[in-house]
Amino acid sequence: MNLFHRHRQNATNKQQTDDSQVVDHSRRDLLIGTVNATLMIAFAPTALSQQAPADVVLASKSFSPTIWYEIDETGTIKVNIIRAEMGQHVGTALAKIVAEELGANWQDVIIDHVDTDPKWGMMVTGGSWSVFQSYQPLSRAGAAGRELLLEAGAKHLGVSKGDCIAKDSQIVCGNNRVSFATLIKEHAFNKQISADALKEYPIKSRQHYAIIGKQSQALDIPPKVNGTAVYGIDVEIPNMLYARPVVPPTRFGNKVKHVDDTDAKAIKGYKGYKILTDPSGWLEGWVAVYATHYPAAIKAVDSIRVTYHPNPKADVSEADMQEHGHALISQPENGALLVDVGSTHEAQSKHSKHIEATYTTSTALHFQLEPVNAIAEFKDGTWHLHSGNQWQSLTLPEVAKALEVDQANVVIHQYYLGGGFGRRLFGDYIIPAALAAKAMNQPVKMIFTREDDAYFDQPRSPSVSYFKGTIDANSSVAAVEHRFTAGWPTKAMAPGFLADSKDGKKKIDMFSASGSDHWYSLPNNKVLVYNNDLAQQTFVPGWLRSVGPGWIMWSVESFMDELAHATKQDPAAFRRQLLTAEGRQSGSEPHAVGGAARLRNVLDILTKKVDTQQSLPKNEGIGIALTFGQERSMPTWVALAAHVSVSPTSGKVTVKKLTCVVDCGIVVHPDGAMAQMEGSLLWGVSLALHESTEYKHGQVASNNLHNYSPLRMKDVPDMDISFVDSDEFPVGLGEPGTTVVAPAIGNAIFNATGVRLRALPMTPKQVKMAMNSASSDTDKGVTA
Amino acid sequence: MVSFVLNGNPVESSAEDDTSLLWVIRDELGLKGTKYGCGIAMCGACTVHIDGLAVRSCSYPVKQAEGKTITTIEGLGNQHPLQQAWIDEQVPQCGYCQSGQIMQAATLLKHYPSPSDEQITTHMNGNLCRCMAYHRIKKAIKRAASQSDTVDTSNGVNHYIPDDSPSAQSDMVNKEISE
Repeated sequence: MNLFHRHRQNATNKQQTDDSQVVDHSRRDLLIGTVNATLMIAFAPTALSQQAPADVVLASKSFSPTIWYEIDETGTIKVNIIRAEMGQHVGTALAKIVAEELGANWQDVIIDHVDTDPKWGMMVTGGSWSVFQSYQPLSRAGAAGRELLLEAGAKHLGVSKGDCIAKDSQIVCGNNRVSFATLIKEHAFNKQISADALKEYPIKSRQHYAIIGKQSQALDIPPKVNGTAVYGIDVEIPNMLYARPVVPPTRFGNKVKHVDDTDAKAIKGYKGYKILTDPSGWLEGWVAVYATHYPAAIKAVDSIRVTYHPNPKADVSEADMQEHGHALISQPENGALLVDVGSTHEAQSKHSKHIEATYTTSTALHFQLEPVNAIAEFKDGTWHLHSGNQWQSLTLPEVAKALEVDQANVVIHQYYLGGGFGRRLFGDYIIPAALAAKAMNQPVKMIFTREDDAYFDQPRSPSVSYFKGTIDANSSVAAVEHRFTAGWPTKAMAPGFLADSKDGKKKIDMFSASGSDHWYSLPNNKVLVYNNDLAQQTFVPGWLRSVGPGWIMWSVESFMDELAHATKQDPAAFRRQLLTAEGRQSGSEPHAVGGAARLRNVLDILTKKVDTQQSLPKNEGIGIALTFGQERSMPTWVALAAHVSVSPTSGKVTVKKLTCVVDCGIVVHPDGAMAQMEGSLLWGVSLALHESTEYKHGQVASNNLHNYSPLRMKDVPDMDISFVDSDEFPVGLGEPGTTVVAPAIGNAIFNATGVRLRALPMTPKQVKMAMNSASSDTDKGVTA
Repeated sequence: MVSFVLNGNPVESSAEDDTSLLWVIRDELGLKGTKYGCGIAMCGACTVHIDGLAVRSCSYPVKQAEGKTITTIEGLGNQHPLQQAWIDEQVPQCGYCQSGQIMQAATLLKHYPSPSDEQITTHMNGNLCRCMAYHRIKKAIKRAASQSDTVDTSNGVNHYIPDDSPSAQSDMVNKEISE
């Protein structure tokens, strides 16, 4: 099966519509009709669907229906996938939802990852949203198709519809049966279902599932074991030149003064350079270097000397940004208010015992293994861009702006992504390829070397978080104040998605704030969020797998442990009694049913599996942490225990075992869900212990594997991951695991050594330093 | 002009002597299964077999390939037991590193038909999986190693040899095995 087999009949039929960014299914009718012997099931705007019968509308080119799936006369069911495949087997999970309701035989199902077209509405793959957002529309589209096939099948068999079921791509009545394929050959379907009527279609309950929640193999895996899977970097088009960029010394503020390519001229295949001018404003001071083959382009860039005009912003360091962060959060009046429960300041002045702690995290790179790349070709009035991308709806308008053409004249062709992790959300790497092709008036394949990719990354911003906990006379937590800052990806790349602060006075990047609005019931709790404007001016902060919760949970869950120890309570019991699930923490229908009670439940299951109180050998410890994943409105409930040993001589932390309990509602694709948890937990280990870089002179200091060290096989711990059996709404799984590991490890290190670490990553050097200063300091536990 | 045998077929490259074998295989000879990851032999995505040894093609000048026998992921012909084990264990996530992982693992099984955990880790540690599917990689290697009925171990080499398809590729594999 060719995953990227495309059908082009709609490719030229692009209409810009006002609602092209968001498909609101409540305003769309479902059309089911036979077109060229294929049953098509599509959503269409109500105004259009009322103009003609469904089959006529589906066959017409006068508008663009969102074809969710189609069944041809051989019975093959093709589900169109608007999400990017970057390792999460998303097409498999989404197709399973359709196939389940339809009553399909899973063997008949294929998937197609589609190119950009306004008809698909918002195309984004991130935020752990895919299953969460697609579950209802796909279920209902599947159910509607099933009902129509049941009707046709009953007629064919001469029985009543109520006696029939849809199963294994057949309509079955007792011993009689007829295949979907036969029905599609025999019947001309023509049905239009209003958005309201669609809601009435029955959706299966979990005990009747035949496909969802059952083990099956991912559809994208076979081509990934024999070299046939096509990634963006594998695409070729006729007559293309290769290009490599000269990435300027910093992200912003560069202007090319002079280019000297004397040495490059001796390189066989070298075809010259162009200084790029970018009307979209994303690229400043870029040069594209061309060659007939890529190795020549690599060599040419290495031999070309580009000088730039002086750049006043070019000297910012990691320490500068961190110091700026500390200064920002020391001013309570300037924070954007996110949480304000009770009266935190009143409680702080009423009680005299306070615990303060400041946590920091370093810059981290995406280091997706396929360096960013794109092919650009102008053909028949349209720009064709070939590149793996996660957020086409965000990328395409910026590319159009750079090319100074209408968005309708730009198509992004999708391929497998050699890792996304958030780097391929905003596809800024497509812009230099497009400009390079335009400047040369020839198709261009631009590949970033690994080093170029690192310098052009959108890294995870360094961060600073400050906590002040207040303890009352009964040793209970009276108040927690939390202030934190980082560079904000959403402000840099999608400012329209910034949220209002609680008092409406300021803006907040919720992707960089979620996690601080946790599910613990505290009598007084205040959270203030700050944008690190120096980081913002220095680089484009990235949405790196889980974004804010990746470093916010680290601080929240470390500080919860600090509070537990300060009040002499067991960390698990301490958390448990704060998870009352009352008031605002009681959850809501349909996505956060149960609220904090479900977080308490995963904690209870975890503490039954792992005895956190057990006596362990010297320098070993078990720490726990909880997370609700990405957003309060889409919580994935996770509890984790990390068992570590710490070498007192080297400071090296060895993670022996991770035990994890997850409640993500209904598990659609169990093996894919497990793979996402395995990978995301190990990402958590990697970011906790192994990965970091620093800004020097306005640029990251790490550019390849000799100075950037993601987790390798030798450091992989044992893992025990279990999912709660649940009927609740399915939520995301790509990211939550990354958020919970670092605090569990930090808490385990404290239990092993008495040393509290408050900076990520926890490198051997840092651990050693903290242990040394603790042993020379009687005030144990207040270090790092 | 450099000549070598690629997946059983004699091929020639007109690339400059110092061009890395990776780009010759990918762009000149058109086999895209071998991937570019780091360019400094530290990620393993570009791993191929040269005269039976796992080599990082990104850092191997094409000139040195003269007269050598080279196998890429395509050369396994979808018939190496590791490939089925990779499917059975559902190893790949993004999949970008997996050609290199499989080529690296194939040389482990060649020398250690029943590798221990430690041998697997030592042999595979240089291959980065950014999605971190490490547990499954390890499980798949063990699964392939344990399936002695599909693996011809008579000559100490774990290549699956199909008895009904004496293709040039499997001939090549056989030839490589006998070396």
